Amino acid sequence: MTLVEILIIALGALALRLVFPGHLRKWGLLAASILAIYWLQPLLPIRNMDFWFPTATLGVILLSWALVADKTQLTFRENIYAILIMVAFVLLIAMTRFISLKGLITPSRPPQFSQVVIALLFLLGLGSLLIYIVKPTPMAIGSGIFGLLALFIVLKTPALASATSLGLRQIMAQDTSLAKFTDLGWLGFSYVAFRLIHTMIDRINGQLKDIQLGEYMVYVLFFPAFIAGPLDRLQHFRQDLENPHPLEAGELLQSGKRLAIGLFRKFILADSLALIALSGGNIQQVIHTGWLWVMLIAYALQIYFDFAGYTDIAIASGILLGFKLPENFNQPYRKPNLTLFWNNWHMSLTQWFRAYFFFPLTRKLRKANKLSAPLIIFSTQMSTMLLIGLWHGFTPNFLIWGAWHGLGLFFHNRWRAMVSPKLAKVTQHKPVLDDAFQIIGIILTFLFVSLGWVWFRMPTFDLAATTFAKLF
Amino acid sequence: MRETSIHSNEYPKKNTTTTITTMTDQEKTDQNNLKKFLRNVIIKGIALFLILSFSLALIPPQSKLGRISLYNIFIPGRVRLPFGENPSEAYNLSLYDMEAMFASHEIDAGSKPETEFRVMLIGDSATWGTLLKPAETISGLINHAGLTACDGRIVRAYNLAYPSMSLTKDLMILDKGLKYQPDLILWPLTLESFPDKVQIPTPLVANNPGRIQRLIEDYDLAIDPQSTEFNRLSFWDQTLIGRRRKILDAIQLQLYGVLWAATGIDQTYPNEVTPAQRDFEADDMDFHGWPPNQLPLNLLAFESLDIAAVMAGDIPVAVINEPVLISNGENSEIRYNFFYPRWAYDQYRNHLAHLGERSDWAYLDLWDAVPENYFTNSAVHLNPEGSQLYFDALLPFLKQMICR
Repeated sequence: MTLVEILIIALGALALRLVFPGHLRKWGLLAASILAIYWLQPLLPIRNMDFWFPTATLGVILLSWALVADKTQLTFRENIYAILIMVAFVLLIAMTRFISLKGLITPSRPPQFSQVVIALLFLLGLGSLLIYIVKPTPMAIGSGIFGLLALFIVLKTPALASATSLGLRQIMAQDTSLAKFTDLGWLGFSYVAFRLIHTMIDRINGQLKDIQLGEYMVYVLFFPAFIAGPLDRLQHFRQDLENPHPLEAGELLQSGKRLAIGLFRKFILADSLALIALSGGNIQQVIHTGWLWVMLIAYALQIYFDFAGYTDIAIASGILLGFKLPENFNQPYRKPNLTLFWNNWHMSLTQWFRAYFFFPLTRKLRKANKLSAPLIIFSTQMSTMLLIGLWHGFTPNFLIWGAWHGLGLFFHNRWRAMVSPKLAKVTQHKPVLDDAFQIIGIILTFLFVSLGWVWFRMPTFDLAATTFAKLF
Repeated sequence: MRETSIHSNEYPKKNTTTTITTMTDQEKTDQNNLKKFLRNVIIKGIALFLILSFSLALIPPQSKLGRISLYNIFIPGRVRLPFGENPSEAYNLSLYDMEAMFASHEIDAGSKPETEFRVMLIGDSATWGTLLKPAETISGLINHAGLTACDGRIVRAYNLAYPSMSLTKDLMILDKGLKYQPDLILWPLTLESFPDKVQIPTPLVANNPGRIQRLIEDYDLAIDPQSTEFNRLSFWDQTLIGRRRKILDAIQLQLYGVLWAATGIDQTYPNEVTPAQRDFEADDMDFHGWPPNQLPLNLLAFESLDIAAVMAGDIPVAVINEPVLISNGENSEIRYNFFYPRWAYDQYRNHLAHLGERSDWAYLDLWDAVPENYFTNSAVHLNPEGSQLYFDALLPFLKQMICR
C-alpha cells in the first residue's frame, strides 16, 4: 500500500465514524469495505482479473455464510439489505466502464456489464440454494473448508497457479506463453480464507450461533485489516461492531500515535532497510561475507518493521472505527527463546493455528496414548510450523522454513525440559549470570530466526543453499 | 468512564446491548485535559516542524552537513564518485551535493600517507568507467600496475571523473579535489566537453551555481554567472519540504553503501548494450550546428585547460586527448563517430596539440590508441580490453610524468 492509500484509509475510517452513527455504521462499513477491496486490488496481467478477484472474494464470503448461517435465526430484512448493498456497489463499480476507458475504482476498466450481472445472478442463485437446501452439518461445512483449502493450495502452489493462469489466459484470449504463477495476485485471499475457515470450524464446534450476512461480510472484509491482518475472532469483532469503543480525545490520540508509529516503521524503517536487504536478486553478487550478514539482518528487521507497521496502521484505523483489533507483534526479536518468539510474532496467525490445529491435534494424540510425550510435542510442533510455512506458499523453501522452526521449537522444548532446571539452579542467586543468559538467548534466537529467513526470502532451494554457503 | 448497558427493543432486534454513558465531573475534566493535550500536540508539532523547516533554509545548500557520512567509517569509500540512473540495480545514485559526493569517496578516508604518490583523475564517463568494473578503469589499472615514483613513493590513483561532458564540471571537481593533495593530475578529455553551450546544463554544474560563481571570481572563468541555466534555489526550495528529495538522496547514498561494500558493484552491467553508431548518413557533417570546416575555437572552452594549470599551481596537470572510436563503417570518411565529423575533430586536435606545446600543462594525444572494435555503447566508452590498450599507450607518458 502507498502512503496516500494508507492516509485515505485512515481518513476514510474517521469519516465513516462521523458520518454513519449508530446502526448505520455497519452498512457504511460494509459499503466502504466493498469499495476498498476493488480499489486496493492491484492490476493483474490477466484481463479483468482485478475486477473478478474482488468479486470472487464477495462470492466466497456469501457462499461461506450460506453454509454457516443458522437458518432458524435469519433476519430477512437485514440480509436483504446486505445483499442489496453488495449488488448495488458491485454494479456501481462495474458501471464505471461507461464513464472511463481506464478504471476509476479498479485499476483497469471493468468487464462488460452483462457479464457482471450474470456472475452476480449465478452467485446469488448458488447462495440461495445453499441457504434453502443445504443444512449446516459438519459434512457440509467440512466440504466448504475443503473447498477453501483447495482454492488456497491452487493459488499458493506455483505449478497449479501457473496452470490456472494458463487456463484463464485462454478464456480471455491472451498470450498463454506469458502465464506465470504471479498472475494470480488475489489480494487478501489468505486472510479471507482463514477468517472464513475460523467461522466454519466454530460453527461445527457450536461456538458460532446466529450470524447475519451483513456483519459476516463486514468481519471478513473489514478494510483496515483486509490485506495484512491482524486476524480477529468473529466473536470479538461482533462485540466491537455492536458496541463500538467511544471515539474521544484519548482514542484519537492513541490512534494518531499508533498511525505515526506504523508509518514510521513502514515507510522510514522498512522501506529504507528494503534497499539493502538480502534478496534473490543480490545474493549472487555478494562477495564479502561480513556484509552479507548485514544484509541478512537488514532483511530480518525489514520484514518485522514492514509487517508490524501495517499492523499498527490497521489497529490505528480500527480504533477510529471503534474496534480494538488484536495485536500481532510484541517485540518478538527481544525474546530469549524461540517459543517466546513465536508467542509474539504474527500472534493472530499463530493463535489461529494453535486454536484450530495445534491444540486439537495435541488432544487427539494424547487421547490416543500411543506416542511418548516428546514425540507428541515433536509431531504437533513440527506439523503446525509446516502448515504455517505452507500458508505463505506451497514451495519447498517455505516448507523448509516451517521445518526449521518446527525443529527449533522442539529443540527448545527439550532444552527447557532437560537443561533449563539445572541452569536455573546455577543462576538462582546470581542475577548477573541470569541476565547474561537472557542476553545470549536473545542473540541466539535472533540469529536462528534470521538464518531461517534465508529459506523464506530466497525463491529457490539453490539460492538459499548459495546464501548459506556464502554466510559460513 | 462508567458504562451502563440497556437492552433495546428497537434496532438491533436480538438481545444485543447498546451503551449509554454518563460522565462524572472528574471524567469531564479528564476529557477536557485530553482535548487540551491533543490541541497542544498539534500546535507544538506544527510549530516544531516550521522551526525545523525554516532553520534548514538558513543553512546554505552546499554546507558541511553533506559531509556527515558513514563512508570511510563504517562503509568502505567508493572508488568512483556517486552516479547512477537506476539505484536499485546500480547500488549507486546521482546527487549534486559535492560535499556528500566527496565524503563517500575513498579519497576522503583520512589524510594522505607520506609514502603515497597521489594521482588524481578527472574527466568524463570514459574515465569514470561506464560499463567497466572499478579495476578495469584507467585509475584501477594504474593502481594494479604497482608503480612507484622516483622518490620511492607508491603511486596510487583516485578516480574523480564524473559521467557528463563539461570542462567546467571537471574544473569544479578539480577545485574541490585539490584539498586532497594530489601529486599529479590526469585529465583525459574529448572535444564534446568543450563547447561553451554544454558547460552549464550538465546537472552537477547547473545545481552548484555557488561553486561556479567562486571559480568565475577566482579564475575569470568565461561563464555567465547570471545564466538562467543555473538551478538557483528559492527560499522555499531550501526549507525541509523543498529539500526533501535531496535529503532522501543523501540517506539513500548511505544505505546503498552497504550493497556497494557487499558486492563491489556501483553501476549496472547489462548483458547486452546497443553498440556505438558506426554507419552514418552521407551528408551528416553536423557538429553542434556549426558550418562545416569552421570550428569556432572562440566558442570552445580551451581556456579551461590553462585555468586548471593555474588552479593546480605546482602540481603537474597532464591533459590527455582520450581515445575515440574511429569508425570504418558507412560514410566514415565523413565522420569518425556519432559525436564527431572528421572536419571538426581534426581541427580540434590540431588546435589542442598547438596549445599543448606552449602551455603549462603537459599533453598526450591518444585519440587513435584503441581500435574501433574495443568500444562499447558510445564513441568514448571502452570494454576491458580496450581500457587495457588505452592504459598501455598511456603508461610511458605516465611514468615520465611521475618522475618529472
